[in-house]
Amino acid sequence: MAKTLYDKLWEQHVVRVNDDGTALLYIDRHLVHEVTSPQAFEGLRLAGRELWRRESIVAVPDHNVPTTDRDQAIADPVSRLQVETLNDNASDFNLTFFKMNDVRQGIVHVIGPEQGATLPGMTIVCGDSHTSTHGAMGALAFGIGTSQVEHVMATQTLVMQKSKNMRVTIEGSVGAGVTAKDIVLAIIGEIGTAGGTGYTIEFAGQGIRDLSMEGRMTVCNMAIEGGARAGIIAVDEKTIDYFKGRPFAPKGEQWERAVEAWRDLKSDEGAVFDREIVIQGRGIAPQVTWGTSPEMVVPVSDRVPNPAEAGDEVKASGMQKALDYMGLTAGTPIEEIAVDKVFIGSCTNSRIEDLRAAAEVAKGRKVAGNIALAMVVPGSGLVKKQAEEEGLDTVFLEAGFEWREPGCSMCLAMNADRLEPGERCASTSNRNFESRQGLNGRTHLVSPAMAAAAAVTGHFTDVRQLTAQEA
Amino acid sequence: MQAFTQLSGIVAPLDRPNVDTDAIIPKQYLKSIKRTGFGPNLFDDWRYLDAGEPGQDHSQRALNPEFVLNQSRYQDTQILLGRDNFGCGSSREHAVWAFMDYGIRVIIAPSFADIFFNNSFNNGLLPIVLDEATVDGLFDEVEAQPGYQLTVDLEAKCITTPSGREIAFDVDEYRRYRLLNGLDDIGLTLQHADAIKAYEAQRQKTAPWLFS
Ligand code: SF4
Repeated sequence: MAKTLYDKLWEQHVVRVNDDGTALLYIDRHLVHEVTSPQAFEGLRLAGRELWRRESIVAVPDHNVPTTDRDQAIADPVSRLQVETLNDNASDFNLTFFKMNDVRQGIVHVIGPEQGATLPGMTIVCGDSHTSTHGAMGALAFGIGTSQVEHVMATQTLVMQKSKNMRVTIEGSVGAGVTAKDIVLAIIGEIGTAGGTGYTIEFAGQGIRDLSMEGRMTVCNMAIEGGARAGIIAVDEKTIDYFKGRPFAPKGEQWERAVEAWRDLKSDEGAVFDREIVIQGRGIAPQVTWGTSPEMVVPVSDRVPNPAEAGDEVKASGMQKALDYMGLTAGTPIEEIAVDKVFIGSCTNSRIEDLRAAAEVAKGRKVAGNIALAMVVPGSGLVKKQAEEEGLDTVFLEAGFEWREPGCSMCLAMNADRLEPGERCASTSNRNFESRQGLNGRTHLVSPAMAAAAAVTGHFTDVRQLTAQEA
Repeated sequence: MQAFTQLSGIVAPLDRPNVDTDAIIPKQYLKSIKRTGFGPNLFDDWRYLDAGEPGQDHSQRALNPEFVLNQSRYQDTQILLGRDNFGCGSSREHAVWAFMDYGIRVIIAPSFADIFFNNSFNNGLLPIVLDEATVDGLFDEVEAQPGYQLTVDLEAKCITTPSGREIAFDVDEYRRYRLLNGLDDIGLTLQHADAIKAYEAQRQKTAPWLFS
């Protein structure tokens, strides 16, 4: 019978099927960061349990680390304790670990693929919902809670219920200036933030195949914002090329064997999906969110929507709440919304391609006078290094952006980087929830190019107009 | 894990969809390396008028009188009534720990986000899915009747309203069994240690690069 990619990945990892139909699923790679792991390590110790397979774990601090003055100890004592706890656990349990000042340190979802520590065909978990990112390489990757982190540490497995199959196809290519971020925001706008609940979403079609591996990671990263724990994309030659020569990737004869297996990581012709969504690539414009949920999104040329036109009472009141929080009036053209801060970073958009796209817009321009802070936070030390080799740091600095050290930073503002109450931010991150970037801060999600465009014009601008002037 | 069998308690209505885990427990409290002590910061941004920081004496902070859990009729809430996509966003289990620490043991909503739903069962918090119309009805009843209580019986998979109406709910058998007995998932899985080892041995032959 024709199988979906998800069916294949699932079947390859079932250890046993329980009486009630749930399965014990084997986990190949476990990524660990400082926020969701301390209680799991503590649980292991209290129960006198050992790690089942130490080699499966890669640990890195990312959420709490400062993006400046890395040679100093972390100023916030609570953050410092959490990072030190990870250091201690990593050394007690003898884990593969990239400490804060290692050049390989970075956001867990950036460094996994970068190191080849997450590979096609693997099951990958992390105590972090954006683990879905790693599905971009044809892996089954999903976020888990801390109890499950402990469960994987102790047993290398999880008790899981198989989810349903959904396929989202982007038919045809997207236009110039439209990026992976715009594609995934448009998808969430279409299916809603709960649209993927209970499904694994396979992203397919020309619009997806055209994307680089970085772009595919951006799309899968936000599968969780569409409610799906996992997003996946079939393996193709781009996937294989991407992993060749990465530090943790197989070598020699092992590489040949792996590649052969990876080539089958795609849905069979005729595989049946429980739900299919088709979106025309050419219909997707650069997107900007206007509300407090990623589904509250419109094309940049549009206006802030009117709750009165929602046609449903619960929905209208949700929209009104969002508008009040965001300090916006229905009908305002998106391009007339001025921003205070710009954040280019996060596991959604902090890879080299993202920084190149933003730099292309920033080049030869200046951050507008009304912008209090425009910051670029590379996803890893290696991304930072490569960007510097390409001179992107100079482009950003000359334009008036700050160039920071790698970490989660203002994506969730656990470190010192944050919005002040009422401040409005053009952000390349993945969540525009209330207070996500700082208490009562206002977040608009955009692509890196769109964030750079907002930085240099001081308000949301269709980046295609800026780049068209150059062409 | 704390076992759950039966509970009768005050119900509070939280009338908004997409309640995310950032709202349930804001990031500054995730710096804790413990599982306990999150109760005073449940819904921190909505519950207090000032900005909260870890280590504060939260009993001294100004409460937001508008927030449902601060209203006198909803003191001692043990059951929360919510809307669609409850618990979406971040995987932080701290959200569930915060409910438990606060004293909420049951959440009823038309739908839950997957990770939150799982995390709940792993800690003895019972998430109950009921259809939209039934949830709507419960919202109306709770709001109309101060002191409104529900009895939730996990053994019988049944909710009883003050008028004696019974509402059946569904729950996965394995989860129900674990929750009723307060069983540790890891201990149960380790009963299959041999199966895991056999899988590994087999997999090592077919995909050796995963083990190098
Ligand atoms: S960058 Fe943001 S979304 Fe990504 S792992 Fe860090 S905090 Fe989570």
